[in-house]
Amino acid sequence: MSVSGPKDTRSGGHVRRQVQLPFSKAVEIAFKSIKIRFWRSIITAAGIFLGIAFFTSVRMSGEFTTIQRHVIEQKKAAIAAGTLRPTAEDIRQVNSLEANAAEERSAAMRLRWLSIMALIVCTVGITNAMLMSVTERYKEIGTMKCLGALDSLVVKLFFIEACFLGFVASALGFVLGWAVISVIRVFTDGTEVFGGPYWVATLNLLGVSVAIGTVLTFVATILPAMRAAEMPPAAALRVEI
Amino acid sequence: MAANEYVVRTKDLVKEYTMGDQVLKALNGVNLDVYRGEYISIMGPSGSGKSTLFNAIGGLDKPSGGSVFINDVDMAQLDAQELAYLRCHTIGYIFQTFNLIPVMTALENVTLPTVFAGMGTDEGVERGIELLNLVGLGERLHHKPSELSGGQQQRVAIARSLANNPSIVLADEPTGNLDLNTGKEIIELLKTLNREQGVTIISATHDLKMLDVSDRIVWIRDGQIAKIEDRADLDIRIGEMEGEDAGGH
Repeated sequence: MSVSGPKDTRSGGHVRRQVQLPFSKAVEIAFKSIKIRFWRSIITAAGIFLGIAFFTSVRMSGEFTTIQRHVIEQKKAAIAAGTLRPTAEDIRQVNSLEANAAEERSAAMRLRWLSIMALIVCTVGITNAMLMSVTERYKEIGTMKCLGALDSLVVKLFFIEACFLGFVASALGFVLGWAVISVIRVFTDGTEVFGGPYWVATLNLLGVSVAIGTVLTFVATILPAMRAAEMPPAAALRVEI
Repeated sequence: MAANEYVVRTKDLVKEYTMGDQVLKALNGVNLDVYRGEYISIMGPSGSGKSTLFNAIGGLDKPSGGSVFINDVDMAQLDAQELAYLRCHTIGYIFQTFNLIPVMTALENVTLPTVFAGMGTDEGVERGIELLNLVGLGERLHHKPSELSGGQQQRVAIARSLANNPSIVLADEPTGNLDLNTGKEIIELLKTLNREQGVTIISATHDLKMLDVSDRIVWIRDGQIAKIEDRADLDIRIGEMEGEDAGGH
């Protein structure tokens, strides 16, 4: 077996430029990276997943309350117009809507606060998970740079990983939060509220949840990754966590 | 042509660290010329500036003053992409702490530099297997670093440093985390590679076992070169030092 000797770099005064790996190659490396640290990736993703599931469930509860109120108001209007013959349950609902107006308002207020808290919890959870996953790899980033990785490649690898994990985990988190609250509502409120507005609210929330999850993951990953990539390799190798 | 003679040259190299309002000179005017194909050891106690010199020569850290020339190219003039090319193709690095990527197998670790160099997967894997055979780890291609001993991990690191046929291998305390005999084996391996592959080896160390194989020894003290000795001029009897840990912080 022959291992060729050092290549001739004796031209003097000239160094070539490192090749830019194509994006597809970066995708390939990033996915391989997720795969080889599969369980670590799952735990990281779990942080995003649970954060978004909690956020979605709180928001979804809020949506249901709004929709139900709307349904009852429509009923009330219909009864007043004489187009609906109210059942005993309808009358109870309409009465309670009027009787509890003040209480409903304060409930809506509480829910708004809960939504904000959910958003904060979810932000902290995701940021924490992703910051950990980047900082524990500072040394790896330094090593990769020693082996000839360009800063832009390092950032690209984390970018792809963050977007993928963020998107998949938030989509799954949304499904969990949405499904749990919907199932609970079927049992407590019946199927009356599952009309058009419900699906509109679902789609809106899907967009909001996935966007929040992906963007937060992205920001929490890419900022520290950029910082590490811009460090001289010696500094990245020195970082102790 | 002079370009062929020296593979590394440093000129008035200075590196300052600021700690609070104190300025610490880790390197204070280092002039060093390294011949092509040489095995050179940079010796000195902890904190003498060895590792700082290592980082400056390897382009891993920017010096505060002076220049480093690799194959007659001033490193300060290089942009990020040229520097990355240099780290990928011209210089191989070996560290005291091995710095293997823990989640990757031995083969994947060795193949990584070929990926960055844009080499095809099959070719890279072939190259990786060839190198792991060369360092005596042909049977452990698919082991993770955690499944390998310290000496074996350092062998993987050595194989990785050679992935893209560098002309220089820089080793920072390569035996620092190894026991006496394993350290000896690693030194032997480096010497063999130096002799048979013609790779220039620059090793920062305070392991006196290194003296035996080095062509020249550069003694560093307080960020300056105290003296440079040729192997031939050394009258230290290495045999007498065996068995004692020559390290000592």
